Amino acid sequence: MIKVQNLVKTFGTKKAVNGISFTVERGEVLGFLGPNGAGKSTTMRMVTGFIPPTAGTVSVGGHDIVDHPIPAKQLIGYLPENAPAYTDMTVFGFLSFAAELRGLRGDALKKAVHRVVEMCFLEGVLHQSVDTLSKGFRHRTCFAQSIVHDPEVLILDEPTDGLDPNQKHEVRQLIRRMGEKKAIIFSTHILEEVDAVCSRAIIIDRGQIVANGTPAELRQKAEGAGAVSLRVLNAPADAVKQRLAGINGASRAAIVKEEAGVVTARVYPKDKSRNGALARAVAEAVNQASWKFEELHTEEGRLDEVFRRITLPDTKPGQGFDQSTTGDHQ
Amino acid sequence: MNISTRPICTIAKRELSGYFASPVAYVVIVIFLLLIGFFTFMLGGFFRAGEASLTFSFFRWHPWLYLFLVPAVGMRLWAEERRQGTMELLLTMPITPWQAIVGKFLASWIFLIIALALTFPIVITVSYLGDPDLGAIFTGYLGSALLAGAYLAVTCFTSALTRNQVISFILSVVICFLLILCGWEPVTDMFVNVSPLLTKLVASFSVMTHFTAFQKGVIDSRDLLFFLSVIGFFLFSNGVIIRNLRAG
Repeated sequence: MIKVQNLVKTFGTKKAVNGISFTVERGEVLGFLGPNGAGKSTTMRMVTGFIPPTAGTVSVGGHDIVDHPIPAKQLIGYLPENAPAYTDMTVFGFLSFAAELRGLRGDALKKAVHRVVEMCFLEGVLHQSVDTLSKGFRHRTCFAQSIVHDPEVLILDEPTDGLDPNQKHEVRQLIRRMGEKKAIIFSTHILEEVDAVCSRAIIIDRGQIVANGTPAELRQKAEGAGAVSLRVLNAPADAVKQRLAGINGASRAAIVKEEAGVVTARVYPKDKSRNGALARAVAEAVNQASWKFEELHTEEGRLDEVFRRITLPDTKPGQGFDQSTTGDHQ
Repeated sequence: MNISTRPICTIAKRELSGYFASPVAYVVIVIFLLLIGFFTFMLGGFFRAGEASLTFSFFRWHPWLYLFLVPAVGMRLWAEERRQGTMELLLTMPITPWQAIVGKFLASWIFLIIALALTFPIVITVSYLGDPDLGAIFTGYLGSALLAGAYLAVTCFTSALTRNQVISFILSVVICFLLILCGWEPVTDMFVNVSPLLTKLVASFSVMTHFTAFQKGVIDSRDLLFFLSVIGFFLFSNGVIIRNLRAG
């Protein structure tokens, strides 16, 4: 549905986007990650046809966004960053206006507005003016606008920004449900959202794609992915470390924390496979020393650690991981 | 209805209802009507002249009143759109920028024409008191509407230049003022001895020169063309500004 090839955007001498290519098919939800100013919004603005690319092409449903903007834009629903809306209109007026510009009329328009009002829980504020709305309602109003014509392509720039946890959950559910039939791109800063919603994620840094894969694949890139963490009772830290480092298949071992006789340690594997062999070996080693352990699990690898490592080249490998006390306990 | 004029209507409808949704529109209309009444009866010497005509008492003031009325009405058109970020929303809809530009222009123009139409009691007054040339009054109104359109196109252009309505207002007043001055008699009289040809050339760019004929009951195609090309030129410039904004 969406095909982006070698997209470049320069502002003056600054390259905001530098050669980004990707495709999104129907039924896919693509997560856009990246630090502020990485070029996420600029890319989305080019995909939606708001700003023309300096070089490269965008095609939506087979229509080039520069050469045939109208048929391409008809397929797209767009939620811009900060969810702008006409503040002098009522929610109903605003949604009707958007639907009308999308070519809906009469009964079809009424039905469409009704549908999104229900989907986005806007019944209570339907006849309220937009500038009296709270941030969450306003955000949902703009979101409703983007889906009023039931588009095949949805582009959402930080759709959960400014929402409370319940609303965030609702919006994620909504995106995931719609993602079954549509092609969706959404950007976010919240990494847990990538796990919750995306079928694929792209990390952008300084205008370039630095990682591209399913959330699970990205997690594999984490320094700690496949490492085994354990908590041992009443054992000397040095001895634990020495013993664990000596395990067959372990590259090194580290003591994360030592507190009131409880030692938390982590063993890193030589290869990054997560087949449980290392966990079994660690369990055996601890048993042989007749220490008692409270907990033992294999780390999944954390997306935020991947994110930091990829987008902050100055970070020492593993730093972001070891500083955190506990990993994901899946 | 043609497919391509639909978005224009939708946008114009939204803008127009936006005017009447806020009290500002009514305030602007009332102030305009009060001022035009004051100028006509007090400064224009409507009664003193003892003439059943609106040319010198009424229409004469329009270029000056519009100088502030029109920028006040049109200043928000694009500036507000830019400030609130809704321009991104509007221009990612399946419409061309031209449809948005024309739709916005038409909405404000209709609003100004409504304000102008509400001066009808003066026509009734003059008809009651005497026997005016209704043809001249009609062309006067037509010229006045075109004049408002020309100013409005300037305001659309300055509105797209900035996200600050006040700056757009001031810029627009300055440009419209220049359009008045370059053909205003006290100014042209001053320069006519220096270079008559140049003065005439510059004066032909003035709204004053072209508005005068309308007040006298003459519709000259050159005057008509002048106002339409001013509207066309500034709306085109408006489009160029919008395109440059998007290109970054």
